[in-house]
Formats: sequence, structure tokens, C-alpha cells
Amino acid sequence: MNDQTMTPEERAANLKGMGSSRKRVEDVRFTQGKGNYVDDIKLDGMLFGDFVRSPYAHARVVSVNKDAALALPGVIAVLTAEDLSPLGLHWMPTLAGDKQMVLADGKVLFQGQEVAYVVAEDRYIAADAVELVEVEYEELPVLTDPFEALKSDVVLREDLEGQTEGAHGPRKHHNHIFTWEQGDKDTTEAVLAEADVVAEEMVYYHRTHPCPLETCGCVASMDKVTGKLTLYGTFQAPHAIRTVVSLISGVAEHNIRVISPDIGGGFGNKVGAYAGYVCSVVASIVTGQPVKWVEDRMENLMSTAFARDYWMQGKIAATKDGKITGLWCHTTADHGGFDACADPTKFPAGFMNICTGSYDIPTAYLAVDGVYTNKAPGGVAYRCSFRVTEAAYFIERMIEVLAIKLNMDAAELRRINFIKADQFPYQSALGWEYDSGDYHTAWDKALKAVDYEGLRAEQAQRIEDFKAGKTRKLLGIGLTHFTEIVGAGPVKNCDILGLGMFDSCEIRIHPTGSAIARLGTISQGQGHATTFAQIIASEIGLPADDITLEEGDTDTAPYGLGTYGSRSTPVAGAATAMAARKIRAKAQMIAAYLLEVHDDDVEWDVDRFAVKGAPERFKTMKEIAFAAYNQAIPGLEPGLEAVSYYDPPNMTYPFGAYVCVMEIDVDTGEWEVRQFYALDDCGTRINPMIIEGQVHGGVTEALAIAMGQEIAYDEMGNVKTGTLMDFFLPTAWETPNYITDHTVTPSPHHPIGAKGVGESPNVGGVPAFSNAVHDAFRPFGLTQSHMPHDHWRIWKIANGLGMHG
Amino acid sequence: MIPAGFEYHRPGDVASAISILQEYGDEARVVAGGHSLIPMMKLRMAEMGHLIDLQAIDELKGIEIGAETVSLGAMVTQHELITHDGLASAIPLIREAALQIADPQVRYMGTVGGNVANGDPGNDMPGLMQCLNATFELSGPDGNRSVAAREFYEAAYFTAREDEEILTRISVPVPDAGVGQAYEKQKRKIGDYATAAAAVMVGNGTASVAMTNLADTPIWSEAASTALAAGDVDGCVAAMLDAIDPVADNRGPVEFKKHVAAVMLRRAIDRAQSRAA
Ligand SMILES: Cc1cc2nc3c(=O)[nH]c(=O)nc-3n(C[C@H](O)[C@H](O)[C@H](O)COP(=O)(O)OP(=O)(O)OC[C@H]3O[C@@H](n4cnc5c(N)ncnc54)[C@H](O)[C@@H]3O)c2cc1C
Repeated sequence: MNDQTMTPEERAANLKGMGSSRKRVEDVRFTQGKGNYVDDIKLDGMLFGDFVRSPYAHARVVSVNKDAALALPGVIAVLTAEDLSPLGLHWMPTLAGDKQMVLADGKVLFQGQEVAYVVAEDRYIAADAVELVEVEYEELPVLTDPFEALKSDVVLREDLEGQTEGAHGPRKHHNHIFTWEQGDKDTTEAVLAEADVVAEEMVYYHRTHPCPLETCGCVASMDKVTGKLTLYGTFQAPHAIRTVVSLISGVAEHNIRVISPDIGGGFGNKVGAYAGYVCSVVASIVTGQPVKWVEDRMENLMSTAFARDYWMQGKIAATKDGKITGLWCHTTADHGGFDACADPTKFPAGFMNICTGSYDIPTAYLAVDGVYTNKAPGGVAYRCSFRVTEAAYFIERMIEVLAIKLNMDAAELRRINFIKADQFPYQSALGWEYDSGDYHTAWDKALKAVDYEGLRAEQAQRIEDFKAGKTRKLLGIGLTHFTEIVGAGPVKNCDILGLGMFDSCEIRIHPTGSAIARLGTISQGQGHATTFAQIIASEIGLPADDITLEEGDTDTAPYGLGTYGSRSTPVAGAATAMAARKIRAKAQMIAAYLLEVHDDDVEWDVDRFAVKGAPERFKTMKEIAFAAYNQAIPGLEPGLEAVSYYDPPNMTYPFGAYVCVMEIDVDTGEWEVRQFYALDDCGTRINPMIIEGQVHGGVTEALAIAMGQEIAYDEMGNVKTGTLMDFFLPTAWETPNYITDHTVTPSPHHPIGAKGVGESPNVGGVPAFSNAVHDAFRPFGLTQSHMPHDHWRIWKIANGLGMHG
Repeated sequence: MIPAGFEYHRPGDVASAISILQEYGDEARVVAGGHSLIPMMKLRMAEMGHLIDLQAIDELKGIEIGAETVSLGAMVTQHELITHDGLASAIPLIREAALQIADPQVRYMGTVGGNVANGDPGNDMPGLMQCLNATFELSGPDGNRSVAAREFYEAAYFTAREDEEILTRISVPVPDAGVGQAYEKQKRKIGDYATAAAAVMVGNGTASVAMTNLADTPIWSEAASTALAAGDVDGCVAAMLDAIDPVADNRGPVEFKKHVAAVMLRRAIDRAQSRAA
């Protein structure tokens, strides 16, 4: 078959463009162990850095004695805050407008905090030297409870003493960071006061950690001859890191090259700036040698960016037949010792104000108080857009709590409160404009797929059997309908440290009709090299297999804000389509010239421009590419390339309906997921297989979070879950089988209608699992119980309900 | 997660291993599969100047199935315990328990000798060996001796083994035909130590009951075993609950552990009884 005889459908299929379940091009190297991660990088004369960390959660650092460490052969230097302070680098700015100690400056505020940085010839010597640094501490009272912290006389941040104004407004107490208010307080409280029914509950979303398989790390390499600093690292936002490094180190931005090589998962853990980066850069500048720093697993869990830790007090008002009239939420947010949340600057609690969820709630009010405690800093978006998981968990629990109060079926309560398809674009009470959605269709499809009625009948039978002593297992049906807000975002209200959150793509078509595209984002497993090539393939008619995709090198890629918050497809994906369209526009002129007709007399046909009304007269994109470089065309520059910087007009609002069916053993607290159904609507679907993979991975993380994963502290501020023995990371054994499904409601403002999917399963999965546990015990009187639902906590529910005789 | 430096020794026989232990005293430790010891070294909770690898000592290997007794070399891996057909038919309980230890990767390396010598109350094999009434063979500078598994454990990480002794083999009496056996373990996930685990043998008017990770040593209870031998399941459970002494940890508080201890024990008894002739 050749170009002449193939149908347009066959030609389109050959492109492996949008909608094709094209295999991931990345996997060829990953499955052969040929990835290139930060720790694979080896440079001549490379030194190793390692940290002395605080064993205490709150203590004064009385003295640091480096002598024994420096005497160890192979040790090059031991840095402390004292050494960094002449450079002004003993503190660094955080993404949240706070500042954070790089190395302990007089005191430590969390267990695992960096106290000294040892530089040695190899990592083994560095590890031995860490043991030899003698630090004298004087313990201070520890605050691990944010509510206590707000009452305590103990001042955690002495550096801020007397500062009543923080980065986000007034501070009410020396351990208070900010108050963030959204919505209409007075109206909401009036609605609550007059409502038929008000359900009230404290919903806690516990502290956990993204725990990517690859921990954080970097290699800093200062070339004293050229004055150029190359920084390889596990960065989710390489360009932003370049700008920040330039601003804090004083090295001119053109002399800094940041490279994110292959990244073994990020999930938000690799967005922020860490002490390890700063110390490695300083060490390389001072020594003139490359310096590598890579965290071990315990350091990763204890010190770099946690997630969640939101105490959400909620009130939800409704009429007696279940129409929701108002939502009220007060959140106490535990930020740890420094406010290092990774949120757009104007949103200190991220997009927590998406907490009205999928429901048409006429009035709402949200207040968030950020609090310092003796815990690690962070508060990153662990596979979710900023605080969207917390918001979704909150509303999806409040709906269930309201259903209990109303004695209504929770599926029906959702249905009667959904925003209707004809209400989009929808203005939410807390200030967002939802772009598109069709929640009723998705919901009905999901309930039908799982035979919801049948499940409820089975559950009723099970309850009878349980009461009759025939079984000790309960059946829980966990429902969730979530709405996300992703794709930050419009530069007019979204920036990080003043850097606008647009993104970019540059495409160059080669003369023989293949191409390279570079983006401002960076894949950490999402498969960008596969999917972005598909967007280009569909837009300009060159096969995806002939398109190389590059990200992560700031010397070659256009500026962008990176990959997190499901923003790559909504923002960089849009830039990709827009850049491709610029190329197609020029290609149209070239084709018209070659076909000797007017520009308007040719039309696009999959992979070619053809003369209108004469489809046999055409020029393929391949022919056009060759002509673009090799034929003098009057009025046109040679070449075929384009760049687009895309500032999205709005966020995108993916949604989905998830159902989890769980068996629970009331005697041991053991659980088993019998069925998990995930329907996702992420708008236009670029690669269904990758979507399915993202859903499987995200739901598995959600399973972990809901059912056991946590960063727990004892009252001394010791991390109790600092290894993978205690921090739950599911294996294939614990992971259930998933059924995935979809509806397609394109985003009206996105060039290809795509909304992003990577984070939906984590956002929707957590409430689905948690609601299943709650649902199992609902008939026995349970209203609310905090995650994680590990064996003993489930057992405690049963025990509290008198089920152990 | 980088251990302190150490010298590595790889002797070819037990006598050489013992003489290295004698030479370096408490500076030296033997390593078998390394899956308990090496994590402790990486955490720098165990530091020693000399590590004596037992992998090259043939005397410590092999499974011998006799009519009355099974002899397990200390260096037999947990994987071998699972895949040895003769063992599975002689004492099915060992295979059933080994399958519930950690995950396949750990079991390829971890040895039965290391598991019982370690003295960690979380290890599954010590309770199992107490249930089976096994005997541990030790070799030291003063010759060989045997210690009953039921006499071996003193406290967490403290056993009857002297520092300069090596555990060479484990002898396990083959249970009579008609004795039902079961191992029941609750854990949080694959690769986890027990929240509570029970090893039970019952039949022919005899019984033996031991539990794991519910005190600072494994617990074999004579009273519980006697009660079960007499068919008194409630008495057996009550006696065992008296004998255990769990502590609160990430797996849960004491009341929870006691509760699931009873549940595991009852389930193991049920299954063992259903298998008894
Ligand atoms: C992720 C993970 C999960 C695990 N889960 C479980 C579990 O569920 N149940 C369980 O029982 N175990 C579990 N283990 C432990 C595992 O079974 C170990 O392999 C076992 O406890 C020790 O055997 P080893 O051969 O690895 O011993 P090593 O680690 O080499 O040695 C352990 C100790 O015993 C001493 N020792 C070893 N051999 C001898 C000998 N012949 N004579 C004298 N002293 C000796 C060593 O000096 C050391 O002190 C787990 C381990 C890991 C890493």
C-alpha cells in the first residue's frame, strides 16, 4: 500500500497519533536497565556529600566539633551554618514565601534536619565522617500537635519573633503561619443556622510521603575555567531551579545549566529546593570539583517533603430531602518547622477551595490556618494538584456523613446534588470556573457497571448473616465522585516565587520529515516522550515514531515551570498543539506554492494538504518538510520550526466516578479489595494505554495512603515510620485488580480538549477506599474514623462498636 | 545506609570459623544470609570489625530426612525449605511457615540457622522450632553441644549460644502420622514480620502450641499445649494469653495484639485439627 491507495483512516492509524495506545518509547531503555538517573552520573574527580542530621525534633545546637571528621583521610570539608553564613546561604527561601535553614543555625526544628554537610572522596568515607562529627544538643520542648502548638508558649521559629505579618497576611500566634479565607462566611453561617439538617465532622487527612522509588539527589559541577555551573538533579521543575539557584547563589543565569536526567518518580517530592542542592553547589564552587549528593530511603522519608496533614473541620447543610445548601470548612494545616509548601504564591493552601467538589453548593466558606510544629517541612502535592486530594477527601467524606444524618443512600444524595451538564461553565461558591463536565452520565455508567443495586442487596444479606453469627466479615461499598482542578495555570493568578506558570514547546521539523520537540516540562514516568509525540503526529501528520522528544536540559529546552499538579498535558500539551499548528500554518503556504494554488485553496487531510475538490493533487507533510529547507519559496523564510509559550485561559477540571468493594474481617482488621472500578473523564484521551497505566499506579498509591501509609511521630517528635518496613508501599501482592472505564467530556478551552489524568486516581482513590471502610461499619453506627485504615485501626472501630462481644 | 568498614573472612570449615571468632572476640560476627544482620549494619546498629561469611562451609548445608528425625543444616535457605519435597511430606508445617516469611527475594538468601540464631522475637522459625520441639546443635572451642529450642531463647537477641559458638544443624523430630499441623500468621503486608503468629500441632492425644512476636522471646506454652491435648481449646487459648506479653508498636496497641493472638491461635487450631487423623 502506498500514499495513494490508503484510506484517510489507514493513514491516520499509521501516524500513531492521538487516541492510539502506542507503546511507551521510554520502556525500551527502562526495561533493559539502561535508564540514566542522577546516581548513574559519574564525573572525573567527583566528590560525595552526606549530612549529619539531628536526632532530636527540637533542640539547641550548642556546638559542632569537626576535628575528628576532618582528620579522617579522604575527608575534604565539613560545612556548617557558620561556613555558609558569610555567603548568605545558611538559610534559603522556600516556595511558600518563608525561609528555611540550609544547615542548623543555632537550633533544629525537626528530627532529621540537616546540621552539617560532609564532603569526602567517596560515599563510604563520607558516611564514616558523618559518624565522627560531634554535635552537642540541648533538648527543647517538642510540639507535634498543631492545636497544641497554637496554644503553647514554646516559640519554634525564634527568627520570626515579633513578626506579626507573614508572607500571607497577619500571624495570630508565634507558631501561626497564615490564615487563608475564601467564600462568604456570613452567608454560609446564616445558611447553617437556618438549615433543616446540618452534619458536622472532623475529617483528618494524615501526614504521608510521596516516596518515589528514586530518592532526591544531585550532582553539582562548577567549571572554574568557563565559570559555568552544571547541576544535574532529580528536579520536577528544572528551569525554575535554574532561576532560583541564580537568584540565591549570585551565579548569572546563563552560566547555570540544569539537567534533569531520567527521574524515577516524583509525585511532588522533587518540586522543592533542598539543603542537599545548596550544599552541593557550594561545595563544588569551593572545591572546583563535582559533588554528588543522594539521599537514602530513611533520609527521604524523614526530611524531604511530606504531604497532607490537614485537620478539616466541616459542616454541611441541607434541606430534609437532601439538597445541599451550604458548606463550611475550617482547616488546621500542620506545615512542620518551615513553611515549604509547593503552592502557587497566591494560594497558601493550594486549591483547597475546590472542596465543594462535584456538587452545586450555593454558598460556602473555607478558612485554613497554617501552623508550625516540630515536624519536617513540605506539604507538597503528592500526585495531586495543590491540596486537591485533601479537598476531595473532605467533601467525599462530608457527603457520606450527611447521607448518614439524612438516612439516605449516598449514591442518590450525590446524584441530586451534582452540578448538571447544562450548568457548565460553572461558577463555584469558592471562586472557580469549572470548564466542563457531565457528572450524571459518568455516575450512572459507574453504578450500572458495578451493579450497585445488586451490591447493596448483597450487603443487606451480609449484615443479616453477620447478625445471625454466620460470618465475621463485613462488606463495604466505597463511592466517590471527584472533581479535580489541574493545569496551573493562568499566569494572571498562578506563579511560583514570581515565575508565571505558563509552559512551552519548541518543534523542529527535519528536512526528511522527522522531528524533534523540546518542552519546559520533565517526565518522571508519565511517558511524555510517547504522548507528546502523539499530539504532534495528529497535528502535523508526521508519524509519532519519527518524532524525538526532549525535556530537562535548560540549555536546550524552552523555559517552562515543570511537571507536577497534572499540568503537563493541560499546559505544555497545549503549547505542543499550538506550536504544531504554527508549523502547519507555514506548511499550508508551502503546499499551496508547490501545488500552484492559493493558500486558501488547499485543505488539511490527515498527513497532507490537498487541493480542495481535487484530493488526488496533494503534498504530504514529508514533501513539504523537504521543500521548506531546499526550495526557494518567494516570501517565506527557509526552515520549518516553531515555538509556543502557552498561558492557559483557565484550569482544567477532570472528574471521575470510583467504586470500591471491600471485605473486612472484624476480628483482625484485615481487609481485601474485591473489586475496584475507576471511571475517569480526562477530556480528550491521547493514549488510552498510558491513561490506564496512570490510573493503575495512582489508585495503588491511593490504596497505600488510605489503608496504611503514614509518616507518624511519637510525642518526642521521633519519626516512627522511617523505613519501608513500617511505611506501607504496596507490592503486587497487596494490589488489587482494577477495572478502568471512561467518559469523554473535552475541555472547551484547551486546544485539543485534554484535561490531564495522572493525578485523578490518587485524588479519587483515597476517598473510595476510605468510604468503603466507613460504609462497611455504617449499619453498625460508625460515622467517622481517621485514616490510615490499617489493621489495628479497623479493629478499633469494630471494638468500639461492641463487635468483639 | 552505609555500614562501617569491616574485614571480610570466608572460612571453608566450621573449625576455621570458630578460630576466627576466638581470635577477634566480640569484634567478630558470623553472617549467613545477611538479611537480618546486614540491615542492622547499614543502620549502624551493629558494628563489627570482622565479618565471617558461612557461605563456603559445606558442613552447614543440606537437608537430611530420617525416619525419626529431620536434620537441617544451618545454612539451608528458607527457599530450600519450601522447595524440598521430602521435607514437605515429612514435616509440612515447616514449608507452610517458611512460605509466610518475608518475600521470595529474602527467602533465597535468608537461612534457617540465621533465623533461629538471630534471637529477634519477630522471626518465625524460633516459635516454629519450639512447637516442633527441635534441638539446635552448636559447635564451639570446647566442642559440640545441643540445646533444645524451648530452652534457647533468653530475651530479645539473647540466646543460650555463646559468642564463640556456631549453630551447625537443627534436628527436628518427625511428628507422628495423624498429627495435624498449621501455621497461621497475621501481617500488615508481604515482607512483614508477624503482628501475631501461631504454630500448632495436634492429634493422637498430644499437642504443641507456640506463638511469635508477642513477647521478647517466642512463647511455647506447656499449659496451653496440655489443654489442647485434652481437647480444651478455650483453656489452650486462655493459657497462651496468660503467657504472652506483647508491647505496643506500629502494628498496634497491646489489647489489639492480644485479641489477634487469640484469633490466630484459634484459626491455627481449627486448621490443625481438621488435618489431624
Ligand atoms: C524485608 C525483610 C522481611 C523479613 N521478614 C521476615 C519474616 O516475616 N519472618 C522472619 O522470620 N524473618 C523475616 N526476615 C528475616 C529473614 O528471614 C532473615 O534472613 C533471617 O532472620 C536471618 O537469616 P540470615 O541467614 O539472613 O541471617 P544473618 O542476617 O546472616 O544473621 C542473623 C544473625 O544470626 C547470626 N547467625 C547467623 N547464622 C548463624 C550460625 N550458623 N551460627 C550462629 N550465629 C548465626 C548472625 O551472626 C546474626 O547475628 C525478613 C528480612 C527482611 C530483609
